[in-house]
Amino acid sequence: MDELLKILESNALESPESIAQMLGTTAAEIRARIADYEKRGVIRGYQAVLNEDQLDLGKVTAVIEVKVTPQREGGFDTIAQRLSRFPEVRSSYLMSGTYDLLLFVEGRTLREVAAFVSEHLATLEGVLSTSTHFMLKTYKRLGVLMEQESSDERLSISP
Amino acid sequence: MNDSASLRNRLNPTVRDMPRSGIRDFFDIVTTMKDVISLGIGEPDFDTPWHIRESAIFAMERGVTHYTSNLGYLELRRALAAYVQKNFGAEYNPECEVLITVGVSEALDLALRALLSPGDEVLYHEPCYVSYRATVLLAHGVPIAVPTRAENGFRLTRAMLEERVTPKTKVLMLNFPNNPTGGVMGREDLQDIAAFACERDLIVIADEIYAELTYDTTHTSLVSLPGLRERTIFLHGFSKAWAMTGFRLGYACGPAELIEAMMKIHQYTMLCASSLSQKAALEALARPETDVAEMKTEYRRRRNFIVSAFKEMGVECHRPLGAFYAFPSVARFGLPSKDFALQLLKEEKVAVVPGTAFGECGEGFVRCAYATSMDNIKEAMLRIKRFIHAR
Repeated sequence: MDELLKILESNALESPESIAQMLGTTAAEIRARIADYEKRGVIRGYQAVLNEDQLDLGKVTAVIEVKVTPQREGGFDTIAQRLSRFPEVRSSYLMSGTYDLLLFVEGRTLREVAAFVSEHLATLEGVLSTSTHFMLKTYKRLGVLMEQESSDERLSISP
Repeated sequence: MNDSASLRNRLNPTVRDMPRSGIRDFFDIVTTMKDVISLGIGEPDFDTPWHIRESAIFAMERGVTHYTSNLGYLELRRALAAYVQKNFGAEYNPECEVLITVGVSEALDLALRALLSPGDEVLYHEPCYVSYRATVLLAHGVPIAVPTRAENGFRLTRAMLEERVTPKTKVLMLNFPNNPTGGVMGREDLQDIAAFACERDLIVIADEIYAELTYDTTHTSLVSLPGLRERTIFLHGFSKAWAMTGFRLGYACGPAELIEAMMKIHQYTMLCASSLSQKAALEALARPETDVAEMKTEYRRRRNFIVSAFKEMGVECHRPLGAFYAFPSVARFGLPSKDFALQLLKEEKVAVVPGTAFGECGEGFVRCAYATSMDNIKEAMLRIKRFIHAR
């Protein structure tokens, strides 16, 4: 993968000037490459990685395994894309194994998520069954540990 | 009766008269201050990769808490011999040509004690690791430093060695990639040195602890050169590339006679390296490419950043090709490097190490380790810029 993308993936706020110094090029060049990635849709957005447990949002996240019948035309894609359009669905994946789609669904309350499953998801044509698991605690998201790692324990000067 | 002066007089004069490491003095000052950004730390900021730490925990659970063979676990010596053959280009018999030690520092001490008789001279380059001179003196040898220079990429040439070699010279000690300069030696440079060592019939101690950490170039090991394997003690360890400094694990490879001699000292003084660290090291060798590559990519970015930042502020800085140190010249500010470092510490709370800690010819330079987070480096460079613009 392009090193520029690796840097942005770990810190999207890194300035073009700094990235240029790290990669031995110019800030203008970095800006142009980022713009190109955005235009081509390789970079699809920039988000902060939040520790939501700290915010007391009272939010509920469910991980839902969904079994579906693939469509004659479009296979799994048609139904997966249809499901993905619901704003409640934060992430969705096609899986190998005992179920087909894995959805991460967010709601304000347990009831809200339950309603989404029973009204929108289970009733959708092609959905055979669902299995809903509620998340209890987040330890790591997007490669970031949610608990603060211990600070630098090194000696302040060493040979 | 036993007042401090009389106790002092009872000390071995070599130890009594030996100055403490220049790094130690500086450390004492820095620890009294708050909010210091330290570019003075000669160890990775990364923690040891988790799979390695996890294997040490597992080893402890299983009760791997006993002495190992003096040479170290045979399983680890086999893995090391394979690693050295693949990456450094020399074959060693794990039964009798590999010795596992408590860091490279112990291995260096063993090698010098095994080789030197009083008065034997040891040729080495400066700037160099802080322990070289002291370790030679403690082994009753005579340290003969050969100064290297920034304009030369801090490389050593045959001509420089010829100037200092005498009939008493027994050992040639080299450390590339180098701490503190980040200098490296290419294959051609080393071939000259190898020919010199063979002609003068010297034993070579090759401290290649930073071998994995080279940028824009590949490492050439001394032991891969013709004629050197049979006269070289190759030293390496896990501290730098695997970020395992606290595990204290190094090793020496060499001809059986030399390893056997080192083992004798090791068995009577250290007995063996930590069993847990040895198990961790075995795990480290399982997939070295992945572990090291990630950290190396990060070091390279930081190296580029720091060199470019010095350039922007008009400070001359040789481009380091290895290790994780930049060694910029601060001579133009007209201060001894120790004063420069002290003032920078007081005014801007940035810690760098005066070049003189690494030998007299380090005067005019400071060592800036980029083994710290990019955020710290950025902030440190802003502060250094402010500091020098006020001059």
